[in-house]
Amino acid sequence: MSAALPVTVIGGYLGAGKTTLVNHLLRHAEGRRLAVLVNEFGELPIDADLIEAEGDDLISISGGCVCCSFGSDLTAALLRLAALEPRPDHVVIEASGVAIPGAILSSVSLLEGYRADGVVILADAAGLRRSIDDPYVGDTVRAQVTGADIIVLNKMDLVAEASRGVLLDWVAGEWPGAAVLPVTGGAAPVDLVLGIGGTQGSGSALGHADGLFESMVLKVPGDFDAAALAEAIATGGYGVVRAKGWVGSWLIHVVGQRWAVTPGQGAPGLVCIGLKGQLRRDGLATLVG
Amino acid sequence: MSDITIYPARKIITMNPARPEATHVAVRDGRILGAGTLKELEGWGAYELDERFADKVLMPGMVEGHAHTMEGTLWRNVYVGYFDRMDPDGTVWPGLKSIDAVLARLAEAEAVLSDPEAPLSAWQLDPIYMDNQRVNRAQLDAVSATRPIGVLHASVHIMNVNTRALELAGLMRKGIEHPGIPLGEDGYPTGELKGPEVMGQVGAHVGYAQALTDCDEPGLRAFAKLCVRQGVTTVTDLAAGLSPESVEMMLRVTGEERYPARVVPLRYFMGLSPADLVAEVVRLREMSTDRLRMGRIKVVADGSIQGFSARMRWPGYYNGAPNGMWYIAPEQMEEIFERALEAGVQIHTHTNGDQATELALEKMEAALARHPRRDHRFTLQHCQLADAAQFRKIAALGMCVNLFANHHFYWGDAHYNLTVGPERAERMNACRTALESGVPMAMHSDAPITPLAPLFTAWCAVNRLTASGRVQGEAERISVDEALYAVTLGAAYTLHLDGEVGSIETGKRADFAVLEEDPTAVDGMALKDVPVWGTVQGGRVFAASEQ
Ligand SMILES: [Zn+2]
Repeated sequence: MSAALPVTVIGGYLGAGKTTLVNHLLRHAEGRRLAVLVNEFGELPIDADLIEAEGDDLISISGGCVCCSFGSDLTAALLRLAALEPRPDHVVIEASGVAIPGAILSSVSLLEGYRADGVVILADAAGLRRSIDDPYVGDTVRAQVTGADIIVLNKMDLVAEASRGVLLDWVAGEWPGAAVLPVTGGAAPVDLVLGIGGTQGSGSALGHADGLFESMVLKVPGDFDAAALAEAIATGGYGVVRAKGWVGSWLIHVVGQRWAVTPGQGAPGLVCIGLKGQLRRDGLATLVG
Repeated sequence: MSDITIYPARKIITMNPARPEATHVAVRDGRILGAGTLKELEGWGAYELDERFADKVLMPGMVEGHAHTMEGTLWRNVYVGYFDRMDPDGTVWPGLKSIDAVLARLAEAEAVLSDPEAPLSAWQLDPIYMDNQRVNRAQLDAVSATRPIGVLHASVHIMNVNTRALELAGLMRKGIEHPGIPLGEDGYPTGELKGPEVMGQVGAHVGYAQALTDCDEPGLRAFAKLCVRQGVTTVTDLAAGLSPESVEMMLRVTGEERYPARVVPLRYFMGLSPADLVAEVVRLREMSTDRLRMGRIKVVADGSIQGFSARMRWPGYYNGAPNGMWYIAPEQMEEIFERALEAGVQIHTHTNGDQATELALEKMEAALARHPRRDHRFTLQHCQLADAAQFRKIAALGMCVNLFANHHFYWGDAHYNLTVGPERAERMNACRTALESGVPMAMHSDAPITPLAPLFTAWCAVNRLTASGRVQGEAERISVDEALYAVTLGAAYTLHLDGEVGSIETGKRADFAVLEEDPTAVDGMALKDVPVWGTVQGGRVFAASEQ
């Protein structure tokens, strides 16, 4: 039996940069075969230079990635993807502008053979405060962000240097349950957005080269309580955006404050990654020490 | 043999103000030569006198401006609704007043199925009339433990299933965390499934495919029988997927010599970008025939009021429920409006809550400023909570409304007590205000949500009775004449078909509702009970008794 197929939902209101982020992920997939599901094939969801071939309902993308539209039947689209040869490594659902991504992920969690990985919400850094006050869609935007495991605060370049700290404090105060990644041009590190799992170059430095994030590996004794550890990492305020690894016969996944423990065998050790300067290494080490 | 047929009738209600009544109507080539006296019509030349309607009353074939042909498909399942309802073959299924009665009817239907694994599907359960008692998994298991069972609620947003159905869908387990799947004390799902995503995963196992909005071939035929029984000759299919296969099927079936209705499917907006959507609908428009009129778009702005998913303006829901949800982003709505105006494509927009109506008006005003177009007749569908100011704005923008008069009867009490409270419940589906504001108005059933029957819809608007028997919103009642206009020419106008159908006068399609009594002569309270003999559609005669 093959491992469950991880599914990450990327949401956020129109104009926040969802499509830009998706293209960034495809460009930096680092060997992951990504399958991107979009609500509709509109004005092309995928940058032209990435496209290898275009069919009626499937776009082939360089690096073994694909993109399909799901219209009103997400379940059927997911089943089609799982049947592809070779099977994708990770499914990314780009939710529509008014969809509540948390609800989409809940539905995915009902399907056998898939792992509901997490919800990543794009937000326009300069416009977020205004959009949550919009009389029509304010509550929708708030509900979207409230369901986020990771908030990608995009277009930080449009926020004045002096205001950035205030903005980040405000976001952290409003949504304490989410990890926040301030970026520009949708350039959020793939290992943070989708988790550790690329094959090319990821082992070497986990993409540290761009200096955005750092990581540490926790050596965990095999008899350790995996669930308790996962929960502590997720909710203990250690600055961990993502963690993945094996403890005894358990596989741990952490995304923001969401965590999951499933039976699994692999090389012992748990990789924790967080934004540069925010990972509380000592605290994490104490957890298993 | 002459190609002109003249039908004498007890009375012909023409909807033509110049000669509102006639004794005879002459038909040639499926169209009306004229309505008047025999002497007047004889001038057209040799004719055959067909006296079969001599003791009947004819009125223009009724136009249902908001229905879904999927009702035809649903009738293959077991009807478990609270109210009596007639199926396409004319059998009236008595309404079921208790959960026990529902279970008994399911057991009856189960007993005649031979394949022990075949699904048992039912529809129109409405616990709102049964003190909100829920059907649980164990009760359905008692009906059958071997075959999957699915019972769709009247709202079509909730379904109850048995253990076997949950097993087949892989949901018969502990540890499920989903707002649409309530769990029992044992930690397993209770069998109630809420929302299209959850229902979609189980639906296929219990006879409900994901695309509930589309009819299939036998369903389209069955739906037409209902039209004949209710005097309907033109009917919309208000949220059609219109895939190539579905278009091929609908063209073929409606093109059959004896298909008795003109079907107007509106392409559901989801699945295509605004530019592609408009281009696709322009393409479909070119493929239209007399009996399949494509080329219009259905946009959905919000959810439903009784499901608390409609978008409400301040002060929101009476019971304090949080505001509902958007089905479309405002920017997207504006873009579709603009592109459609530019291309001359008509849009019908579902708005239930008054905030959704407000948004549609705001976006329409902006789109019209950029792409002015006369006579666009963009229509707000349901538009149940619009207030007087919104109706004035609707008129000023050249828009139409199609109000959900039937809703008032079926859920009016719930609106009064729970969803919007007394004051707004009394002004819901404000037909009088719409007419006084000069808004072109139709009224609808939204079949299968409520039964297809324009005379019943007219009765609802004339009397504004709720199911419990209260008159709710006396000031919004309209006259019988106004109501009959709304279900004929009124609805035809919202489809740009008023030059072709909706009245009995020279040049129009020979579409008649054939009635046993005169709806303008009976008491307004008896309007819904006027028996329908059948229809004439495009000059072809269809007796309800032969369907
Ligand atoms: Zn409808």
